Amino acid sequence: MTDERPLLSAEGLTKWYGRQLGCRDVSFELYEGEVLAVVGESGSGKTTLLQLLSTQLEPSAGRVHYRMRDDVTRDLAALSDAERRFLFRTDWGYVHQEPTLGLRMAVSAGANVGERLMAVGARHYGRIRGTATSWLDRVEIDPGRIDETPRSYSGGMRQRLQIARNLVTEPRLVFMDEPTGGLDVSVQARLLDLLRGLVADLGLAAVIVTHDLAVARLLSHRIMVMKGGEMVESGLADQVLDDPREAYTQLLVSSILPP
Amino acid sequence: MDALRLSGAGKTFTMHLQGGIRLPVVADVNFAVESGQCVVLAGPSGAGKSSILKMIYGSYRCDQGEILVRHGNALVDITNAQPRQVLHLRRHLIGYVSQFLRVVPRVPALDVVAEALGRSGLAAGRARAADLLRRLNIPERLWSLPPATFSGGEQQRINIARGFLPELPILLLDEPTASLDAENRRAVVDLVAEKKRRGAAIVAIVHDEDVRNAIADRVVDVTRFAVAA
Repeated sequence: MTDERPLLSAEGLTKWYGRQLGCRDVSFELYEGEVLAVVGESGSGKTTLLQLLSTQLEPSAGRVHYRMRDDVTRDLAALSDAERRFLFRTDWGYVHQEPTLGLRMAVSAGANVGERLMAVGARHYGRIRGTATSWLDRVEIDPGRIDETPRSYSGGMRQRLQIARNLVTEPRLVFMDEPTGGLDVSVQARLLDLLRGLVADLGLAAVIVTHDLAVARLLSHRIMVMKGGEMVESGLADQVLDDPREAYTQLLVSSILPP
Repeated sequence: MDALRLSGAGKTFTMHLQGGIRLPVVADVNFAVESGQCVVLAGPSGAGKSSILKMIYGSYRCDQGEILVRHGNALVDITNAQPRQVLHLRRHLIGYVSQFLRVVPRVPALDVVAEALGRSGLAAGRARAADLLRRLNIPERLWSLPPATFSGGEQQRINIARGFLPELPILLLDEPTASLDAENRRAVVDLVAEKKRRGAAIVAIVHDEDVRNAIADRVVDVTRFAVAA
């Protein structure tokens, strides 16, 4: 009933920083349209894992396979730099916790969004501006502020702009590192609702790193719990949260107010 | 042929933070539900009624036995299905009305209901959602508001509408009428009767005796699945 091949698969992913363990022996599969939340405390290896998956770090052992747009599954380590850059510009998005890392702060909001479009070959200025305007609207930024740089934007607006910049090329997979991290609660709620809608409407697959179990419950289909660089438990989001099996997951779930 | 069959299903919680004590919930659960039939689970609170619904829905892991659902011509065992299979079954086979609505900030009541058909069918879903909200006596002025500020009874009716909107072959109801007045209890009884006529297999937890008598084809006493201490 569900026989298509995974979009992304990780096998035995391991990373050592010298003698310091980043993460060890992580394996999983991600299918199109599926949202996986990786949860755990800081230092548990969540961000290392995200960087390994997105080829920003080279694993000490293990591999990552990705099914490209031409339906051919490739070992990411075997891609050329040009192919990897192309993936990053087109088929993938990467949303940083800190929006200044994912935006170009000195150019206008419109250019931040338009730049990704030009990277995939768009050349017609009017159309690029039109698409950028409609994306600003979609992430609830007043299109009247398209010519301002993100420096004049609030934290929540910057994060929404970063999301627009990432999604404008209609990627199939988005990596997010604590996307609601440094935001006020009310700003977080707005962003979460927006993300939830966009992920569902666009049928995106996503790997979301978060330490916030309420975020994981709201956005993800599946949850992977990490501790000390290892995966301690994984399963359906509501199963992991409502019926946690491992001692560490039980501790995490019981340490928070009910999401 | 049964739509749903539990055979020897059992569940035990292991509480690692309390020194690893084991808390048996239910054992050797056996019952089956045919299409068009409603089985009501009965027993005092703490007997494991809600846990059984969660085991069928896949929110709780099942430690023993099997829970088979009919999917087309195939039988699928929920207890060893992969997460994505369970998600597939929830979209196409098994609906669940939980006791409480889990509200999402900023989403209007009408869309909370309509989203049960998937975001792609939101426009079509809204017309049918409106129909259900009307039948459940939710005043139209509330439809555009997020349900976070609604009363308990209103939230419960939003939750019922959301659970009843998709036409799924199996429907699990956890106390759907607990905080409803007589008129709305009757509305829910009518909705359940319609689902049965359209062939849904229903497992329900209902404390209200009138509602139970009106919807149950069979009552299963959950205390017989209690684990001997």
